[in-house]
Amino acid sequence: MPDDPVAAVAGALGDSVLERVEFRGEVTLSVSAEHLLGALREAQAAGFIFLTDLTAIDRHPAEPRFEVVYLLTAPDARARLRVKVQVSGTDPRVPSATAVWPGANWLEREVFDLFGIRFDGHPDLRRILMPDEWEGHPLRKDFPLVEEPVQFLGHTPNVPSDIIPKTPPRQS
Amino acid sequence: MSDLTRETLVINMGPQHPSTHGVLRLILDLEGEVIAGSEAVIGYLHTGFEKEMETRTYHQNIVFPPRIEYLATFIEEQAYVTAVEKLLGITPPKRAEVIRVVLAELSRIASHLVWLGTSAIDLNVSSVFMYCFRDREEVLDIFEMVSGQRMMHGYFRIGGLQWDLPDGFVERVRGFLDGFPGRIDEYEALLTDNLIWRQRTEGVAVLTPDDAIRYGCTGPILRGSGVDYDVRRAFPYGGYAEYEFDVPLGTRGDAFDRYRIRMEEMRQSRRIALQALQRLPGGPVMVDDRKVALPPRRELVRSMEAVIHQFKLVSEGIHPPAGEVYAAVESPRGEKGYYLVSDGSNRPVRVRVRAPSFSNLQVLPVLIFRRYVADVVVAIASIDIVLGDVDR
Repeated sequence: MPDDPVAAVAGALGDSVLERVEFRGEVTLSVSAEHLLGALREAQAAGFIFLTDLTAIDRHPAEPRFEVVYLLTAPDARARLRVKVQVSGTDPRVPSATAVWPGANWLEREVFDLFGIRFDGHPDLRRILMPDEWEGHPLRKDFPLVEEPVQFLGHTPNVPSDIIPKTPPRQS
Repeated sequence: MSDLTRETLVINMGPQHPSTHGVLRLILDLEGEVIAGSEAVIGYLHTGFEKEMETRTYHQNIVFPPRIEYLATFIEEQAYVTAVEKLLGITPPKRAEVIRVVLAELSRIASHLVWLGTSAIDLNVSSVFMYCFRDREEVLDIFEMVSGQRMMHGYFRIGGLQWDLPDGFVERVRGFLDGFPGRIDEYEALLTDNLIWRQRTEGVAVLTPDDAIRYGCTGPILRGSGVDYDVRRAFPYGGYAEYEFDVPLGTRGDAFDRYRIRMEEMRQSRRIALQALQRLPGGPVMVDDRKVALPPRRELVRSMEAVIHQFKLVSEGIHPPAGEVYAAVESPRGEKGYYLVSDGSNRPVRVRVRAPSFSNLQVLPVLIFRRYVADVVVAIASIDIVLGDVDR
């Protein structure tokens, strides 16, 4: 077991790490989609045995639009590592991590359901939270947040109140 | 007869079966009474909390965590405010941290009591349910005394607490904790040496350590399989590094081990809460940072700056720096984490709730494969899911 598994993974991956960000003591390594599974296996071998979380971020309207985020935990070394892969907004696809961690199965289904990102090699990529016949992917930024139409006569859907408007970042 | 055993019968359990602890639907493929395959169908309680939280300010979002997981409400609030505080790079005052620990451990006790009571009902021991809810009621009364609410408190604030403790809080908590070990002993006397309880749980719903890790299980279900991972130990938060407590581990990974672990965790929670009460320091309960906390009312009539700060915080809210953080706490069900992505504006770009129940439920088909239908009920009970947490 290496002393600093984060450095060990970063070292083993070498040039395939596109970007290394450290914020509040948390390290994020960005890799390309073709190096993703290799990076995850490398991390698993270095002690990151838990796939704690798998999720995505929508950067709409920026391109590449999506980031798929893998949060890994090494319980023995008490370390965490985030691996990111950027995905284009047109036909977003990532290789599935289910071969590395079977627990990725539901997590990837959730990302597919809510973001519409497809995972190549996933054994059973179906919606998991939303109804099967649902249209669209709710966590995308261009999916509007409005009240769902209800089957009652005389009911008009409301737009949620916007009491505190969004303000841009402060210049410091 | 032989044809009957070979034929596969598909049946539905739920979505409203009492033993599914919420709105869970289970599709079981049966060969006789043996489960040849199963699938959990979730999403019936999906409310879109993550989407909602993207559209509100960091402070407004405090209302959501206790509604996501409604059995360990203070632990949920702690998880969210810890994440925002990490994003801001601030630490709450010591007194606020210690109070949070007391309330979080009481929440753990309350949550495990609900688990014990409902699990006992699943196995037809209805008296334990009454006793557990009697005790939980006392804990909820303490919560009401502190925050004004039994469940959806909104008492934890980014940078501290809404207000200081009411008079008589420490005595009341001590009063509850003093009588508590005797009550746990009573419940254990009702269950641990109960032949039916043991036969229904021992060797049932077995999970190997390897499977537990590969499926991302956390909490008592992971520790029941003997894997030593508790967020309070591995990644201490909120001052947990300073408390003495044991992390109970199982050996066989069956439902009985998980039961024993939760019982011991309640005793350990009591131990932590007593240590916290012992060292409860004086001082403020809110951080002294005008970019985060509202100025005290008495300053508003004297200082123009205080008025401006008050106005900016109420009309816009907190502006954390751009970046992303993940902060996790040990909830009664496992690792509960909040992953926040900020672009520097007053609303998060992404709030991701890492739900322990979601990962733990995924392992259910492994637990019940080739077992009897009656064991399904035990398996679901021993995972201790909260469907609000699974579906979010």
